[in-house]
Amino acid sequence: MAQRGIREYNGKKMLAKYWTEYFGKSISYPGKVVLVDPNTKLDDLPKKHKWLKEEKLVVKPDQLFGKRGKHGLIKANATFAEAKKWIKERMNKDTKVGKIADKLTHFIIEPFVPHKGEFYVAIKSNRDGDTIYFSNHGGVDIESVWDTVAEILVPVEEDVNKINIESKLPKDTSKEHKKMFADFIKGLFNFYRELGYAYLEINPFVVTGKNLVPLDLVARIDDTAHFEYSKKWGDLPFPAPFGRKLSKEEKYIKTMDEKSGASLKLTILNPKGRVWTMVAGGGGSVIYTDTIVDLGYRDELANYGEYSGNPTTDLTYEYAKTILDLMTREKDSKGRPKFLLVGGGIANFTDVAKTFTGITMALRDYKKKLKDTNVKIYVRRGGPNYQEGLQIMKDLGNELGIPIDVYGPETHMTRIVDMALGGK
Amino acid sequence: MTKTKKPKSKPKKQKKDYIIMDKNTKAIVFGFQQRAIQRMLDFDYICRREEPSVVVIVNPTRDGMHKCFWGTKEILIPMVRTLNEATKMHPEADFMVNFASFRSAYPTSKDALLTKTIRSVAIIAEGVPERRTKDLIKIAKEKNKWIIGPATVGGIAAGGFRIGNTAGMLDNIVASKLHRQGSVAYVSKSGGLSNELNNIIAINTDGVYEGVAIGGDRYPGSTFIDHMMRYEANPDIIMMVLLGEVGGTDEYEVVEAIKKGRIKKPVVAWCIGTCSKVFPSEVQFGHAGARAGADCETSDVKNKALKDAGAYVPNSFDDFDIQIKKAYDKLVKSGKHKPIPDVKPPTIPLDYAVALKQGVIRRPANFISTISDDRGEELRYCGVKISKIFEEKWGLGGVIGLLWFKKNLPPWAREFIERVVLLTADHGPAVSGAHNSIVASRAGKDLISSLVSGLLTIGPRFGGAVQGSADHFIKYLYAGEEPSFMVKEMKIKNVNIQGIGHRIKSVTNPDVRVTIMVDFAKKNFPVTETLDYALEVQKLTTAKRNNLILNVDGCIGVLCCDMLRGIGYTRDQVREFVDLGILNAFFVLGRSIGFMGHIMDQKRLKSRLYRHPWDDIEYMMPDKPEKVK
Repeated sequence: MAQRGIREYNGKKMLAKYWTEYFGKSISYPGKVVLVDPNTKLDDLPKKHKWLKEEKLVVKPDQLFGKRGKHGLIKANATFAEAKKWIKERMNKDTKVGKIADKLTHFIIEPFVPHKGEFYVAIKSNRDGDTIYFSNHGGVDIESVWDTVAEILVPVEEDVNKINIESKLPKDTSKEHKKMFADFIKGLFNFYRELGYAYLEINPFVVTGKNLVPLDLVARIDDTAHFEYSKKWGDLPFPAPFGRKLSKEEKYIKTMDEKSGASLKLTILNPKGRVWTMVAGGGGSVIYTDTIVDLGYRDELANYGEYSGNPTTDLTYEYAKTILDLMTREKDSKGRPKFLLVGGGIANFTDVAKTFTGITMALRDYKKKLKDTNVKIYVRRGGPNYQEGLQIMKDLGNELGIPIDVYGPETHMTRIVDMALGGK
Repeated sequence: MTKTKKPKSKPKKQKKDYIIMDKNTKAIVFGFQQRAIQRMLDFDYICRREEPSVVVIVNPTRDGMHKCFWGTKEILIPMVRTLNEATKMHPEADFMVNFASFRSAYPTSKDALLTKTIRSVAIIAEGVPERRTKDLIKIAKEKNKWIIGPATVGGIAAGGFRIGNTAGMLDNIVASKLHRQGSVAYVSKSGGLSNELNNIIAINTDGVYEGVAIGGDRYPGSTFIDHMMRYEANPDIIMMVLLGEVGGTDEYEVVEAIKKGRIKKPVVAWCIGTCSKVFPSEVQFGHAGARAGADCETSDVKNKALKDAGAYVPNSFDDFDIQIKKAYDKLVKSGKHKPIPDVKPPTIPLDYAVALKQGVIRRPANFISTISDDRGEELRYCGVKISKIFEEKWGLGGVIGLLWFKKNLPPWAREFIERVVLLTADHGPAVSGAHNSIVASRAGKDLISSLVSGLLTIGPRFGGAVQGSADHFIKYLYAGEEPSFMVKEMKIKNVNIQGIGHRIKSVTNPDVRVTIMVDFAKKNFPVTETLDYALEVQKLTTAKRNNLILNVDGCIGVLCCDMLRGIGYTRDQVREFVDLGILNAFFVLGRSIGFMGHIMDQKRLKSRLYRHPWDDIEYMMPDKPEKVK
């Protein structure tokens, strides 16, 4: 739970919905915008949105990534037929944006707005309040024209209407726009604050007569505020960021995570890696992964994995099986051993012996495969009943004939990383 | 935060500005977190505090006294409904541990910050909206107060004060030497790792002086630098440990302070999340603040900046312990610090529940129950899961079999029981029990009182024939006496045989209810000895008078005895059941349905108070009482 990105479509729809409430009637935003997902029947759209056939259009993906123009992912000044064709060519296709590849699944269609000037406005949350950024030179990478940007800090819970925005706009703001922009900024700020936004960037927006049109919008919302704003948000989706295409196993763990009160995380980084981790606790799991990378075994690191929040024996059993299955599918190509790090810090109240039950069940199931792929296991854990937990693991090593090295809180948390990998 | 001085209200116990919790801290706990409160008190006790740290509990839904342990003794802590009452009662309490949920963390913390007496608030809840936290931070700044959290386990002043659940179980606390003051202070973002830090510091130095977990949110109520400046000012602290993480820029305030010489004490620092670079796209780790937007927010860049500023920074977490030892040993070697000796803590008695779990104690139970268990994943009746009972349609008879007889009854017995319930469910509004229920209901009494009023009439004269007949018939049958002997002896004793005789029905005009039940039993029961005996008796009595037939009460009574025999009970056991009132049990169960029907009927009719008419009472009062001589 934290600040999470929302689709451009949802941001614009919210703006349109609350426009008169925050911006009055002197400036307007028509709010013509349509979202296309893999299930959308494109041919049916003009029935509901007549303007699709009456105006020239702009189409672009709406999947929480920017710089779409640079990657050739904007189709402008298109007819509906052209827009349709453009979407069909890209829908469900793997696309690379920067270093990240994923499927394109969501597109946004809007009227193409011929315009002269492009403007930049953004509001960002910070510890002291929220800062408004404004420039008359939008539509470009704003960092490149940063000296044209005016910064206006609105301190925590201070009324933006009491601030003389007009006087704080950049010097090159044209006279005819000054009042309009100041009013727009005030309205936008109240919209931002009263709907729980944490970040809102419109780059650019344009002016055509009385209309003020946001062309490009990026927004993040603090989802912890759901209980305060959910009525205003309506059914607001928080899509996964672009590029987080999950494998079958990752999806399986994610469903378990969502269904239970406990936390189960799995990211596969390199299925051929020799070092697999199964670590208790969010902080602990990050530290183990850090240490493997920091000690120079980055290429050997197979996964990031975490279980916490007192998962049931069934859950840890399923979780452990998933990891054991992945790591024992094939032998190392050079015949070297593989390593499983069952790590963790000192638990506060979780019964360590109990959480090991599911893991030992899984290890028993995979006895043969673990031997076949030459797996060595290292355990480090502390907390309630850890002595018994560690003894269970020791005994299991003898029983299965698999090397299981076991350490408690007297051994530094990450020492098993070096023990396993040192000089190997 | 620590610059301006507080007005001196109580000059004798004025705290140093750099101390927010120590062995004299008195705290208000918001939220009735019984285990956390006990853990705080247990910690106090092993620290040999003179007085408990928790002085009052705020619980919006209940007030009174809360009983908890202080060592082996028990003490009472007052519990009030509002913070206002708590601060009035204990103006010396300057710390609030706030266990309010993410919804109410904001208003309750705000109230606390606005009091005159509370100086520090620890907010445990996860998921407090950022906008609300920012407002709290602003208020704290204006009022020169402290916030720890949100989204934290809290913190600990070794040998002095523990926020809630910080540092886990007592054996771990003792193992990490937290029961006495050390000389190393730490601040960490993560609460989950604070235990590990306690351990590392205990192994490599003379122990923790204080540790704070500021919480994983983007805007923690107090930041690294806030606490490190306190540590710098505190002469009892010789060095500091900082555990930061990927995301945010708060660590740079520490970098600046070291560079500018505002922090002179040794700092050992490490930011976790150096692995973020190997992830293909933005991965949100557990914490809301843990996401690197820009390069300067990555752990690698932060660690380098800290190292460049002069902090002890390891190459990886793996030699964090070595760096801590190095910094500490240097202070000791240079003679700047004399290690603080270890102290043996007093033993805390084992909690009963814990000892029981470990199997080191036992105690005879005061209660035994052999029919049901609600503790597991699913409710079970005599070992049978409730879901199975529904799936297999065990029905009312099946459930009664489990709970009354602890038996999986055959279909004929289940059906018999259900028939008994249906048959006894009601007998009209005029019978004494229904009448009583109706009168009580019309007097405005509630359903339960009205029902009980009706049930209380059940006894030897009303409804008791079921019980009585079973009693009479098995007495003679089991004694091996002939039916004729029974009839004769009852006559001599001048006792009517219960279950024999009907007002209207007779041999020629039989009661259809009895006919049905008798036929059912003849067809399905493996044993009908009592019924057969009763029918023999009926032959003799009807020979005397036509209406001295086995009536429906009698029929149920004898058939219940036969059912019990049929499901495997001996005659002695049947006798035991009859003596404990099993037949009344059937009658009460069935007839309650009718009584409740009458009660609800009266309520819905809005019937008014029943008053018996005068003309239906013959007043025969004497003119004057008899005088006792």
